[in-house]
Amino acid sequence: MRLLSHDHPGHWLLAALLAALLLALAFAPFLLPGTKALAVAARILIFIVLAASYDLLLGYTGIVSFAQTSFFGLGAYGVAIALSGGGGWLALILGAAAGIAVSVALALAMALLSLRVRAIFFSMITLALARFTQVLASEWRGLTGGEDGLTFSVPRLIAPGFHPFVAPVLGLRISGPVIAYYLIFAVTLASFLVLLRIVNSPFGRVLQAIRENPFRAEALGYQTIFHRALASALAAGFAALAGAMMAMQLRYTNPDTTLSFSLMIDILLMVVIGGMGTLYGAAIGATVMVLAQYYLQPGLAALAAAARGIVLAPALLDPGRWLLWLGLIFVLVVTFFPAGIAGSLRARANASARPPIA
Amino acid sequence: MAEAMPLLELAGVHTHIGRYHILHGVDLAVPEGRVSVLLGRNGAGKTTSLRTIIGLWRASHGAIRFAGAEITGHATPDIARLGIAYVPENMGVFTTLTVAENFRLADWRGDPQPARLDAVMAAFPVLAQKWQARAGTLSGGQKQMLAIGRAIATEHRLLIIDEPSKGLAPVMVAQLTEALASLKRARTTILLVEQNFAMAQALGDHVAVMEDGRIVYRGEMAALAADIALQTRLLGLSLASHQ
Repeated sequence: MRLLSHDHPGHWLLAALLAALLLALAFAPFLLPGTKALAVAARILIFIVLAASYDLLLGYTGIVSFAQTSFFGLGAYGVAIALSGGGGWLALILGAAAGIAVSVALALAMALLSLRVRAIFFSMITLALARFTQVLASEWRGLTGGEDGLTFSVPRLIAPGFHPFVAPVLGLRISGPVIAYYLIFAVTLASFLVLLRIVNSPFGRVLQAIRENPFRAEALGYQTIFHRALASALAAGFAALAGAMMAMQLRYTNPDTTLSFSLMIDILLMVVIGGMGTLYGAAIGATVMVLAQYYLQPGLAALAAAARGIVLAPALLDPGRWLLWLGLIFVLVVTFFPAGIAGSLRARANASARPPIA
Repeated sequence: MAEAMPLLELAGVHTHIGRYHILHGVDLAVPEGRVSVLLGRNGAGKTTSLRTIIGLWRASHGAIRFAGAEITGHATPDIARLGIAYVPENMGVFTTLTVAENFRLADWRGDPQPARLDAVMAAFPVLAQKWQARAGTLSGGQKQMLAIGRAIATEHRLLIIDEPSKGLAPVMVAQLTEALASLKRARTTILLVEQNFAMAQALGDHVAVMEDGRIVYRGEMAALAADIALQTRLLGLSLASHQ
């Protein structure tokens, strides 16, 4: 429990879901062999970090930002630019570090300049930054490759052609992408535990106080601008780290995969579906969304084929309508879990627990 | 006033909120070690005065001095760090956090001292029972106890409390009055805004009455309590009607 910073999931179902998710992700390459399954599992891991970083901002501090993809993109382009000139681990690490450093500096500057004024102005500025990074990435062709993006090779250890063992291990032929997956798994797990530590620290407590009422927090002597700026910087740093992992895993990056506005909406949905201000919710939300994006279409195709004889069913279950079904799932989640999946389960656990006596 | 220099002093303070001119030159002195009560009808400017002191509203004219230093126009956290605790009228607790977490937020320098927490728990035993409960689940009276308990869980030079009895059941008001009376016995400096005259009379040493953003009367609480005609003129009520 110390690893979880004494922040228990709270509800048995939530704990079970999280344990299942952890086990599934830990053994994903063995359980579901194949390039697509590995790519989906890696994407889930990366989006857990990205959504959790956004939850630190939105769920814990109450800051509405639209620039989380900008930092995600900066991390991805940091790695892409560093590796597109060749180079190995050092270039990868330096690229990721540069992306994270620029993101943190940018977030700090933005927060210190605009969080002093009303929160809505900060949101507007983040919107402008999101658009700016998008335009920059597509127009600065010399550096970013424009709309085509950058394709590059990664260090040999994590490259597709690399096979350290001749014989399969537990039925799986270990390859570079599998090693890359476990690298991403380790970084995600460590990042998530660090974020849990942050939100459960005295600093995290002040963030929650600020979210509820910034004036009350100030009247207790807290410099809310400092706390908000630090939260923004931390969120930006973790988003950039997620972006760096994304670039490393995909071996290419372009404005669409890391900077698009629809990606920002996805992150927002992940946090809302999972439950704001819980961190565990970000993990659940990221998993639900990524799985839906990858498996809803083929799932619908299979269902449509099975329901061929039933009136209207094939039309309704047409794979082209997957967004409709995703929307329906979203409406159902919001209706039955108003505080998100993790948030509502926790609330139920709190309501049924007897008030503890100190 | 017997004291040489008040702990808190407002001199000719004007406050504008948007285009409204709320305070019209407030002069107020809060002597150290005493309880000063600010009375007045609704809309007289009592809460605005407190908020101007703590920096939530900025004074447009005039000066506010605390412990001899000018604090006019300072940021709220800087003012709070000088040793001023502010308990707003809407209780000021963080409802999504537990009682324990609310107490841990009491001191911006770190966790409050256990000895002081023990003293608070002795004054408000119900808070110890609700230690792990979310503050939002507490009753109105319990929230008020938490807000005041949190303010006294760390050392402050001045306690500013806005209408602690508002919306509370009489039994709660009696309990709160007793808790504040024990603070008074410990010579805590308190600036109290209170509509409940019985509570104000039980606690106050000095009294100032506000009307239309100005102080229209200041004196000893005992003198005001004894003068029913004055009460009626200033407050539109008499002590008898509240007993």
